[in-house]
Amino acid sequence: MNAPLLIKNARIIDPASDFDELGNLLVENGKISSLNKGADTGAPEGAQIIDAKGMLLAPGLVDLRVFTGEPGHEYRETLNSAAKSAAAGGVTSFVCMPDTLPAIDDGAVVDFIISRAKASACVNILPAAAISKGLLGNEITEFGLLKEAGAVCFSEGRKSIQSSALLRTAFTYAKNFEMPIMHHLCDDGLKGKGVMNKGLFATTLGLGSISSETETIPLSRDLILAKATGVNYHAAQISCPGSVQILAGHKQENPNISAGVSINNLTLNELDVGQYRTFFKLDPPLRSEDDRMALIAGLNSGAIDTIHSGHDPQDVEVKRRPFAEAAFGAIGLETLFGAAMRLVHSGDVELKTIIKALTYRPAQILGISAGTLKPGSNADFFIADIDYPWVNTEENIISRSKNTAFEGARFSGKIMVTYVAGSKVFEHKETA
Amino acid sequence: MSKPKTTENNTKSATNSAAAPPFPHQHLLGIAQLNQHDIINLLDRAQAMIPISRKPRKTLPTLLGKTQINLFFENSTRTQASFEIAGKRLGAMVVNMAVKTSSLSKGETLIDTAATLNAMQPDVIIVRHGAAGAVELLSQKVECAVINAGDGAHEHPTQALLDALTIRHHKGMLAGLKVAICGDIANSRVARSNLALLGALNVRTRVIAPKTLLPTGIENLCTEVFTDMEQGLDGVDVVMMLRLQKERTSNSLVPSEREYYRFYGLDEKKLKFAKPDAIIMHPGPMNRGVEIDPAVADSPMSVITDQVEMGVAVRMAVLDALLNKGLTGNEEPAQ
Repeated sequence: MNAPLLIKNARIIDPASDFDELGNLLVENGKISSLNKGADTGAPEGAQIIDAKGMLLAPGLVDLRVFTGEPGHEYRETLNSAAKSAAAGGVTSFVCMPDTLPAIDDGAVVDFIISRAKASACVNILPAAAISKGLLGNEITEFGLLKEAGAVCFSEGRKSIQSSALLRTAFTYAKNFEMPIMHHLCDDGLKGKGVMNKGLFATTLGLGSISSETETIPLSRDLILAKATGVNYHAAQISCPGSVQILAGHKQENPNISAGVSINNLTLNELDVGQYRTFFKLDPPLRSEDDRMALIAGLNSGAIDTIHSGHDPQDVEVKRRPFAEAAFGAIGLETLFGAAMRLVHSGDVELKTIIKALTYRPAQILGISAGTLKPGSNADFFIADIDYPWVNTEENIISRSKNTAFEGARFSGKIMVTYVAGSKVFEHKETA
Repeated sequence: MSKPKTTENNTKSATNSAAAPPFPHQHLLGIAQLNQHDIINLLDRAQAMIPISRKPRKTLPTLLGKTQINLFFENSTRTQASFEIAGKRLGAMVVNMAVKTSSLSKGETLIDTAATLNAMQPDVIIVRHGAAGAVELLSQKVECAVINAGDGAHEHPTQALLDALTIRHHKGMLAGLKVAICGDIANSRVARSNLALLGALNVRTRVIAPKTLLPTGIENLCTEVFTDMEQGLDGVDVVMMLRLQKERTSNSLVPSEREYYRFYGLDEKKLKFAKPDAIIMHPGPMNRGVEIDPAVADSPMSVITDQVEMGVAVRMAVLDALLNKGLTGNEEPAQ
């Protein structure tokens, strides 16, 4: 067992206990044993003492949307490499999407993920099980058995279920087991061959486009069904003002719904696509600057609950293609915090709001005890310098795939050290 | 600094085009990359190329010893033939890559294809591809010049240039004219390149189409937008028709060809609204009885076959402008 660890002189933010003070944190036996404001309260004998020098200390980030390549596409990402990438980004728990090969639609695959993660991953990996068998949208999976095996929620991953009847069944049956549903929103017919946001820019580039109705129509349907069934429903990711408005309305009468947004949609816009840059081909697509501002407003108003990386490793083979033919998706675990700090430095969102949307809220939605520094909880946390300047270069990327939407991007704000259950899993090393 | 001698050599080697200023681009990927001077430069060069094709011996061997690869991922008889003839009249060695029947079509990525072709040391690759941006992507991976012969619904620059040359040929000038582009604007690279080019030359552009065939934000790319043919054609100098692709009716953007013809096909009645001396253009191949009445297509107002002739001249001019940039001193003497 590690020696006790005292971190002093840190700006500690813990949204779960509404704590935002200069203080110290004591870790014993992998758990948080005390959280105090003010100066050093005295460390136990033999404790390791770290002076955070006023840097931020917060609960480890909980990322609700991460794709890995294990099993099936290990050349893109393994659980091991995804976990290392997560640790570097201050992410101590992430939900891995069921889009693997085979899909996570069976208790045995959940078992495999959990045991592989235990053996090879340095952060907590929480498997999401598929809503439908084989992610085919025909019949629901064995929710009860999947829950017993350790799945934390149900999701259709990149896919969106088109049948209202199947969704109704899934929501009703999920309620039976008190399991949350996280659903990506896409009307496949409206999306058609669309590859980027509908607008003048898509027209100029001659690319097929994706309208906001592609998202708002399934969102409305899902929220109506969520109300009818009482399920804990999470709109996996929204991208446009219409969705913010619809959510705000439904939230007034249904406390069991929530919504997430990708850090990409909060910090980038359609113009980043530039001359067919496929690393910015994302689903949902990057939208207009007005839409981005509306999402920020939605985050501030509480219509949007969580921020995720949407980490989606794709290899060169499927990304270095003409835009319409390239795969959707970008990695994001390592840049999640740095990108989120952009919103703080620009004055758009308060640090506390950002931290809450990255830690406590996602944990709350999953019903897990992560995302907090309350004494007794697992010592999953990070220390970050929120002003530290750095450049995201390809050679420094830890993920096995290099498809970042922040290639060469400059950030202010870097994770310095990450702990999971009291053990150090990442430490930033100054490069000369 | 170029040596004065170079200019002299250049004058000798290409008497027709050397008067034009040098063309400052490595590739021709789209009209959007060109400014007004570049466009006029190319049109003037093309104008000078017209007589060559009318002579009994149709050659101006400015590209002797150069290798031109035609790489067409989409089928095209006329554009490919036009580029082939243009290259051959300039003395280039032209190779047509049969994409559909080779390993290039499936499995191998565009970038692998680019690397393979690049290793064969061509001087220019002419590319048509079904995906917008594909030609630009390929151009990043090769060292030679690349000409876009159409990429998805993005650009088809030589078509816009040949259209402008045709208009200039018949109307004497471009600025101040009213040009209507009619039909499937949403999916047309010809429309996008033409709007960019005509806009740069201060032509008043109109687009006419049913709303399902108008892309978002089109009003920012032209002067006026119409959904009614008679209103849109009122007083125009040039009527450009676009081909209606078969798949537009199968995916219900328009319900049927006969309904399309009734409301958007160019017939005598609708044409009466245009100026009496208006010219009719079509990039081909035409669907007679769908977007155009056969009688109108073959009427004296139609300049559709002139467009084909101008196409060869434009492609000769573009090849010459990109490849014949003046001698570098490393080359063989002209004799």
